[in-house]
Amino acid sequence: MKITREEVEHVARLSRLALEPTEIDVLTGQMDQLLGYVEKLNELDTEGIVATAHAVPMENAFRADEVKPSLGLERALQNAPQSEESCFVVPKVIE
Amino acid sequence: MSFSQMSIRQLQQALRDGKTSSVELTRACLARIAATDERINAFVTVCAETALAAAAEADSKLAAGEAGPLTGIPIAVKDIFNTAGVRTSCGSRILENYTAPYDATAFARLQEQGAILLGKLNMDEFAMGSSNENSANGPVRNPWDLERVPGGSSGGSAAALAAGQAFATLGTDTGGSIRQPASFCGVVGLKPTYGRVSRYGVIAYASSLDQVGPLTHCVEDAALMLGVVAGYDPADSTSVDCPVPDYLAGLDAGVKGMKIGLPREYFIEGLDPAIKQAVEAAIEVYRGLGAEIVEVSLPHTDYAVACYYLIATAEASSNLARYDGVRYGVRQQGEGGLSGMYEKTRAAGFGDEVKRRIMLGTYALSSGYYDAYYLKAQKVRTLIREDFLKAFEQVDLLLTPVAPTAAFKLGEKTDDPLQMYLSDIFTIPVNLAGTCALSLPCGMDGQLPIGLQLIGQPFDEMRILQAAKAYEAETDWHQQRAPLD
Amino acid sequence: MHSRYEVVIGLEVHVQLTTKTKIFCGCSTAFGQEPNTQTCPVCLGLPGALPVLNQQVVEYAIRAGLATNCRIAPRSIFARKNYFYPDLPKGYQISQFELPITEHGWLDIANAAGEKKRIGITRIHMEEDAGKLLHGGNSGSRVDLNRACTPLLEVVSEPDMRSADEAIEYLKQLHQIVVYLGVCDGNLEEGSFRCDANVSLRPFGQAELGTRAELKNINSFRFIKQAIEYEVERQAELLDEGGKVVQETRLFDADSGSSRSMRSKEEAHDYRYFPDPDLVPLVIDGAWIERVRAELPELPEVKRRRYVEQFKLPAYDAGVLSAARATAEYFEALVGLHAQPKICSNWVMGEVSRALKENEGTIADCPVSPGLLAGLLKRIDDNTISNKIAKTVFEEIWRSGKSADQIIEEQGLKQVTDSGAIEAILDEIIAANLGQFEELKGGKDKMLGFFVGQVMKASKGKANPGMVNQLIQKKLAE
Repeated sequence: MKITREEVEHVARLSRLALEPTEIDVLTGQMDQLLGYVEKLNELDTEGIVATAHAVPMENAFRADEVKPSLGLERALQNAPQSEESCFVVPKVIE
Repeated sequence: MSFSQMSIRQLQQALRDGKTSSVELTRACLARIAATDERINAFVTVCAETALAAAAEADSKLAAGEAGPLTGIPIAVKDIFNTAGVRTSCGSRILENYTAPYDATAFARLQEQGAILLGKLNMDEFAMGSSNENSANGPVRNPWDLERVPGGSSGGSAAALAAGQAFATLGTDTGGSIRQPASFCGVVGLKPTYGRVSRYGVIAYASSLDQVGPLTHCVEDAALMLGVVAGYDPADSTSVDCPVPDYLAGLDAGVKGMKIGLPREYFIEGLDPAIKQAVEAAIEVYRGLGAEIVEVSLPHTDYAVACYYLIATAEASSNLARYDGVRYGVRQQGEGGLSGMYEKTRAAGFGDEVKRRIMLGTYALSSGYYDAYYLKAQKVRTLIREDFLKAFEQVDLLLTPVAPTAAFKLGEKTDDPLQMYLSDIFTIPVNLAGTCALSLPCGMDGQLPIGLQLIGQPFDEMRILQAAKAYEAETDWHQQRAPLD
Repeated sequence: MHSRYEVVIGLEVHVQLTTKTKIFCGCSTAFGQEPNTQTCPVCLGLPGALPVLNQQVVEYAIRAGLATNCRIAPRSIFARKNYFYPDLPKGYQISQFELPITEHGWLDIANAAGEKKRIGITRIHMEEDAGKLLHGGNSGSRVDLNRACTPLLEVVSEPDMRSADEAIEYLKQLHQIVVYLGVCDGNLEEGSFRCDANVSLRPFGQAELGTRAELKNINSFRFIKQAIEYEVERQAELLDEGGKVVQETRLFDADSGSSRSMRSKEEAHDYRYFPDPDLVPLVIDGAWIERVRAELPELPEVKRRRYVEQFKLPAYDAGVLSAARATAEYFEALVGLHAQPKICSNWVMGEVSRALKENEGTIADCPVSPGLLAGLLKRIDDNTISNKIAKTVFEEIWRSGKSADQIIEEQGLKQVTDSGAIEAILDEIIAANLGQFEELKGGKDKMLGFFVGQVMKASKGKANPGMVNQLIQKKLAE
């Protein structure tokens, strides 16, 4: 086994996905199969190989420190599931 | 000649000559959508009213002689492009009510050049899929055979064209999502070099692999569309400030003396005989046109799918964290306060494939596994990229099949994610290498189109367009239309 | 303090930068605006939006790195720190993890014994701030994303501090430097300079560090001291009782003077850092670094030493004048116009600072410019007015913005240096106070002050006090 049911449950929590027990079962099997498949990368010796983040070499993309118009309150909140007093509202957060 | 057989340039001429009007073309497209889309399901949103209004405006521009290269041409874009004022749902339940307050750069450029937006096209949820069966809006059907898939994730973009519903469409390609559906639906699909077209406003799946490109009826249209959307965008840090050639002007240069490489790893046993035959016939066409055919090797091809699924899912797991029900999207309330809201919103909002990839990607990045999975995959990506760079020291471009088979049946691979992933074996390496490639029709497997892939050097879209144009001039596969009444 | 344990403190300081716009978008960073009015697709984390780095942030980071003796990395990258929280719009914070922009620096502080002590700076990296979560609404918590994506430098120290006082010394010095550099407004109340403290104890002589607690987001020097001292007590008691310190984040409550545990950090946190594919590597060449170095202002420590050496100022004066960049600039401008450093120092630390305090002003917008003040000091120097009158003139300059000369002229404040006129006044006063004059003659020196005072009073302060003295001596000798 590449991955256990408990690990799948942990990853689901990290991913903030409420999964049904049956979904966990199916995913455990599928992730196990996929992780088994990607094992084949270990056939390759990558010692000393530089990791590629972008396939096209690129560096230093900047913008100048100039103020651009913001969206405006109405458009900023237009898709909000819940809002009041110019703010997005979420279920009460206890610190 | 009917409009559906005309290139965009020919349509433009007809518009300028007053032989037709943008309103007429737009009406024709809307009528075709109305007549066929119940079967195809290519469109998730049709904006008939705004399209007709824009068409009327285009007609006055045409009359005033102020036309741009796309003025009055009805097009449609994948529902992954943000379009201010028109819903953008990205094939997902979580965004089913989402309307962006801004435009994607690529779409804005089409509009600036006068294109008419017919609507938004169906797709695999968050561009994750190879069959367009992972859509909250239901699957798209292949106009050539309604029992079959159109390919994915830009299934709607390919099917709408094949069904004659639009004159050109825009898609995105992360592991083959333009080329494979183009191949399955018998149209031309171009994935430009990473950095060639701005990703700004395109909903991200895997940021280091995603690229925007056109799907069209012919190579000339692809060249025209690329010319409009390509170019540096200061809003995208990964867009490259590199001159955009006049693709249309150089299109007819031919292939005489061109060196075309055949990567031996792409002509393998699993390749469907019909595909093999069609591709081999295409090779002979090129030989006949004076190209030199050379065998080359891309030795790490077999590792590409594994490499891709680690990198793409890792990036996706992070890119999709923003769908948390706070600022937009469909929120699910429930017990458990904030974390309950998060978990229920995301569980109900995402489909199975998206959840699977978020899970795999989260795992690949998680503490203790990063080096073994994500970092390893990035290193293998280097090897794959170097394969291409070495091959391009010997040849001008590469020629391969697009997919191992023609369009498969709906439901055929949905239960086996790995088999589905493996069907992208010929397209995925191009995204990992970041270079450009094009799919064009090169034959038929019975009633189903077959696609040929031409892979170019980074930022040398010109060469693959020239080669594709030369092939198209010799054959008539691109003139075939799906038998859809 | 508990002598059985050695206190080990490392600090993480979040320095909010004074750029006009956010780190990855063009929204304004102005403080105190209506919630969510300074937001755009990028800082709201809308689908499809992409970050582009503000070049000024890089400039500021290089400045801060050079000023704290760090090495500037020729190549650095941004990473995503993944976690869910309503004030974090994208579900990840763009920060730097591997390959930060600067590393391996230090600052020298003075410890309790007054000796120089070097505090290591592990790294300084760039990152975006989160938004604000406002608690206490009826329907839930409210999210304001105006602050989201505001540029921060995170300055991470080595665990080199051994007491709350050392921590405060380090913080004050770092604060002074970033404000001097012009990269931070230093406003603690508005959260422009926020500190997390990692505190642990270990028995003296033990090499490995004890388990640490992290004290979060404390925004005043006084509270930091309180929080650290409370934490040291708490841990020492725990250890004394044979207990164990748990690695956790604690929130200090200034009202009760105590801290409480936030939920254990390990719970569901796995930040899954990886390079942000939406941003490209940052490459800084030697020419860029040297340009920034050349433009660096003289730092307070160097300035202080120079004031002592070049201007022969007492160490105290040098320290006060160099503590804030604006004060130092004012002072240096003044000395440039009036080459008597100690007199300039007295005036800046005296009248100028008193008037600023009374009027709640800052020296940057002091109505008495160095030029106006130098004009005044010249008139003291050439005996046109006395020191005492000068203070009146200073008030008038402050009020009216007129030059000292104009005020002296208009109000007839010119010192009387005509000895005949002063002698006439003196004669009158002696005549009226013959008894006291005899006492003075008899050696009662206290009476000297009386006669000087009377003359000054009669002349409305304009008589030159030196001259008055001379004339009295002359009368005594007669």
